[in-house]
Parts: sequence; structure tokens; C-alpha cells
Amino acid sequence: MTVRSGEDASGVRKAAIGILPFLIAILFAAVLILLVGENPIEAFRLILKGSLGSTNKISDTIMVWVPLTLAAAGLVVTFSAGLWNIGVEGQIVLGAIGASFIAREVSGPWYIVVPLTLIFGVIFGAIWALLAGVLKTKGKVNEIFGGLGLDFVATGLTLYLIIGPWARPGIASTSGTEPFPDEALLPNIGNTRFSPLAVIIAILAILGVWLLLRGTRFGLKLQAVGRNPKSAYLMGIPTNRYILGAFAICGGLAGLAGAIQATGFHLKLVPSVSGGYGFLGILVVLLAGSRAIWVAPISAFFAIVAVGSISLTLRLGIDSAIGGVLTGVLVLFALIAAGLRDYRQRKRAEARPPEPEQDTAPNDAGVAS
Amino acid sequence: MEATFATIIAAATPLMFASIGETISEKSGVINLSLEGSLMLSALAGFVIAFETNNTWLGFGAAALVGAAFALIVAFSSITLRLNQVAVGFVLAILGIALSSFLGSSYTGKPGGEIAVPPIDIPVLSDIPFVGGVLFSHNIVVYMSLIVVLVVWAFMYRTRPGLSLQGVGERPDAAHSRGVSVNKHRYAYTVIGGALVGIGGAAFSLDAKLGWSFLHTRNFGWIALAIVIFGGWHPLRVAVGVLLFGLLQWLALDLQEVFPDLTQVLPIMPFVLMILALVLVNADWLREWADKHPRWGNIVRGDAPSAIGTPFSPE
Repeated sequence: MTVRSGEDASGVRKAAIGILPFLIAILFAAVLILLVGENPIEAFRLILKGSLGSTNKISDTIMVWVPLTLAAAGLVVTFSAGLWNIGVEGQIVLGAIGASFIAREVSGPWYIVVPLTLIFGVIFGAIWALLAGVLKTKGKVNEIFGGLGLDFVATGLTLYLIIGPWARPGIASTSGTEPFPDEALLPNIGNTRFSPLAVIIAILAILGVWLLLRGTRFGLKLQAVGRNPKSAYLMGIPTNRYILGAFAICGGLAGLAGAIQATGFHLKLVPSVSGGYGFLGILVVLLAGSRAIWVAPISAFFAIVAVGSISLTLRLGIDSAIGGVLTGVLVLFALIAAGLRDYRQRKRAEARPPEPEQDTAPNDAGVAS
Repeated sequence: MEATFATIIAAATPLMFASIGETISEKSGVINLSLEGSLMLSALAGFVIAFETNNTWLGFGAAALVGAAFALIVAFSSITLRLNQVAVGFVLAILGIALSSFLGSSYTGKPGGEIAVPPIDIPVLSDIPFVGGVLFSHNIVVYMSLIVVLVVWAFMYRTRPGLSLQGVGERPDAAHSRGVSVNKHRYAYTVIGGALVGIGGAAFSLDAKLGWSFLHTRNFGWIALAIVIFGGWHPLRVAVGVLLFGLLQWLALDLQEVFPDLTQVLPIMPFVLMILALVLVNADWLREWADKHPRWGNIVRGDAPSAIGTPFSPE
């Protein structure tokens, strides 16, 4: 999934490899839709109409794009550090909890309250991610399982808050807390959910991560840790500190996504506040790799499919999970296509007569000096 | 008391199959991270096929095939293509969840009474006081789950092919130089493990949690993966982990009556506690203690197969 300067794959073939998984995914979804007795063309038309067909739909799609992009931008950082931050779902949830805390407890003009909700979202998310990081560096718990555990804890915590201390008066229900006061809500335009501030934050996040990885010593060393933690450590990079740094950045951005989910989309704290955008963000990053800029268009496609497939349920009675199937198949075949390309290159290299001994060891860690 | 233990054993069956299946796969060096998705989709496949054919065992067969197919994709992409196992497994997990939601929506809430696995009391043995009620008054699937644990354990540690299985996961180079085909073994054990995971899925939808509902086996795939680590990749300890988790679940259910306010929160607690246990098992002080007291230490310590997650190329 790393960027490979295409050695002998021509531009056309590279494009074909990029487009093929996409076609397979569309075809796979079409067959499934046929199986349940509906017209796939009509279904795809409805997906586009349901996500881009009106101002309201476009606003909704943008407001799905924002948290997905924020989470994915954060995940690019952990991914570059070689970490599988499965705890990202919990980090989004904690961000939402942090923002909800401010929204409930602090009153004042919106230009004070809104920034505070976002800042608390970042802090809560970063702390939750650092827990996974400490479990890994101090407790030797693989971040996949530490993260999963913390996801469970976060879910439990939200449920507890919603039915316990933050319950709506007189109603013990898991439908959510009392709606937040107006001054705590992300400023939006008209009757839509569209919030320019949220979009600006998401774009800044992508640019920030791109700059961090491309242009800073921290970013370069972080990638060295990701490629080979042992040799990075031997080169004098304090590996654990970089791992914790990556976790904190990702958790902060995921927390921001959660804060925006709570104050810009649901307008209250709900049990499913993460929207599953953490796991979806991991799929985005599996396609984007360390290329932060790519997060924007891939997230846009995922957001269109996610929002659009909801209207399938309403209009055709098809389960909206077809959107998840489509994106899942796309990522699976993109991975397999990349794997097949490398496999063929390996086979070709093996078929060639052995060349004289040469030093092909990647000297990636050299950036440390 | 007797009824409680019997309930825990019966409820643990799906997770027993899934965790033992994953143990086999990881022992050979391949992490099949797709469990959350493959368990979900195989549970659906098991129920749908049994429902449509009115044959419980065809349902189990279909579920095993689904589990094996997921494992085959993991094996192909990680062994042949040398892709990252975590990446492919994670995508498959998400894809399996989405596929099961999509394909299963019309089967939600369908009655499964007629296709449920029928109970069989084992004659004579089921009459033994206490033990008979706990162990020998279940159904064939529950008995099989316990037998599978013992068979897998005996195979791994008491037979020659079992030794090769360990070698493939621990020291693939050495296994290769002894003439063991590392990658063929990994393919085989990953697919066998996946089939067991699939059977675990059917054990949900046709027995332990009869029927199909949205996200029917939610979180059980993830917890199976955690239990394999908790169990130190040793079938018997993994089985203990599964039963321990079952005990926690039963406690959480029981405590709901004591703390009605926490009804929503308590079901999550077993998952949280299981992860905490994982932290404990991995803690340095426990490892040091285990090194100092090898006799007892070997019971609590468990190391991952050395070559886990890494592709092997004979050179």
C-alpha cells in the first residue's frame, strides 16, 4: 500500500489496476441487488440522488465527509507509524463525550462555547488514544486488542451517561441526551446541516497531516519508525515517544470528528455517535496509504455511498448495508490487485538469472541522521 | 449451581469453535482477523440454509464453507500475495458484517424452532450426579465443541503432524529444511481453522442464540481473537478462557436484576474484563514470575508463535 514508483507498469496499466477493483465492486453490488429482485441501475441512480440530489442531501453528505475525513486523516498518521489504531471508534466516541460535557455544562456566546466543545473533543480523543498507546508501549498489549477493549469501554461509557447522569428528565431511554442548547451547536447554514467551519477544519486537518508527514523531521522519523521500529530505535529514534505522538494526533483528530458528530449532526449525544466512521476511516486509509491528500476524494466517495444507500431502504426496501458491501469489496480487491501486481513482479524477478550480489537493502531509515 | 454450569458450557459452544479454529490458524503463523465478519456471515448462512432445506446439518455445512472461504481469502492474500494479514482480515471483517446485514434482512425474526439442534442426553453418563447434568445433558454440537478442544490439543502436542504445525508457526526455516512444506501447511490449517469458525457461527444461529437478527453475533468475533491471546495459543487454556468469558457473561446477566439501572452497560463488561485480563497476561511482572517458577509459570505464560503474521519464502 505504499507508493511505488511504477517501475515497468505503464501509466495505462496502472490506471487499469486502479479502476478494476472499482468495477468489480460495482459489479458485485449489482449482482447482489439483482439477487434480491431489484434493478441495479435504478439502485445506483438512487444512491447518487439520495446523496447529491438536493441541497439538503448534499449538506448531509458533506457532514458525513467531514468526520470520516478527520478520522481518516488521523489514521494516516498512525498508519505511517506502522500502527493499527482499531481504537479509533472509541476515540471518536470520547471526543463526542468531551464536546457533550462542554455543551451541557458551559453556557455563553457561541464563539466561546463552540471552540471549547471542539477543544475538549480533541483532548478527550487524544487521551483515549494515548491509553491505547501506553497499553502498547508499557503493557505490551497489541494496539489492535487494547484498542478494541477501549472501544468497548467507550460504548459502555456513552450508554451509562445517556441512561444515567445525563438522562433526559423522566425518561430512561437510550435514544440520547437532551438536545444541546443552540449556542453549543456548530454554526450551520439555513435549514441544512452544512457547517462551513466543519469543512474548513477537515481541509486543514488533511493539509496538516500532509505537511507533517512530508515536511517535518517528526513526520519523517515517524515514517522511519513505521517502516522498521527496530532499526529506527537503533538509529537513536525514541520509538515509544513517536508511537505515543502518533496515537495522540490520531486520537485528537478522531475526537474532533466525534465532537462535530455530536454538535453538528446529532445535536445531542447518542449511543451510535461514532457512526462507524472510525472503521470506515480505516478502509479509507487502506486505499490512501500514507498519501494524506488522497483521503479527501476517497472519503467523498465513501460518504456518497453511505448517505445514498440509506435512500435505498426508503425507496426500494433494499437494506442500506449494500453501501458497506460496495466499499468493502472495493478495498478488498484494491488490496488484492496491488498484491497480484507485486506477486507478478516477484515472479518475473525470480525468473531472471540471479544478478551479482548488490546492496538492495532499503535505506529508508537514513532520514534519522 | 448445576444448571448454571450447564448453561455456561452450552452458551460457550459457538465461541469455543471459533477460538479453537483461530488457535489452529495462528499456531501455523496466519492471523485470521476476519472473525467478526466470518462468524456473522456463517451464522447467517447456517440459519438460512437450514431454514430453507429444513435440515440443520446442511446449515452447519454451509456455515463451515463460508468460514473456510473467508480463511482461504486470508490465506491466499497473506501466504501467496504476501499482503498484510491485518489489512485483509480487517476488510473481510467489515465486509462480512455488511454482507450479513444485507443478505439477512429478510430472515430477521424468522422462527427456527424446527431446525434447532436437538438435545441428546448421553445414557448412563447423564445420570451421574452433578457432572452428568453439567457435561452430559446437552446436544451433539456442545459435545463436539468439547471433543474438538481435546482432539486439537492432542493433535498439536502428541502427534508428529502436530509437531510440524507448531514448527511451521515457530521456526518455518527449520521446518522447511526438514522437508515440511511451510506454505501448504499454512494454507491447510488456516482453512481448517476457518471452517471451525464457520461451525461456531452456525452454533450461534442454530443452537446457542437460535435464529437471525441484525448483527446477530456482534463482538463475538473480536472477543474470540482476544481469547486466543489470553489462552496463550494453547487449546486447553483457550478453552478455559472461553468458559471464563461465559462465566462473566452469566454474571453480567445475573447482575442486571441487582442493578436494573445498568442493564444496558453490564452486557459490555465481560468484553472489557477480558481485555483487562489480556493486559494482565502480558504484564512483565507475570512473565518474570513465570520465568522464575517454571513449573507453575508454564501454566500462565503463553508466547505467540514466533513467525506469526510473517510470510515465508523458501530461499
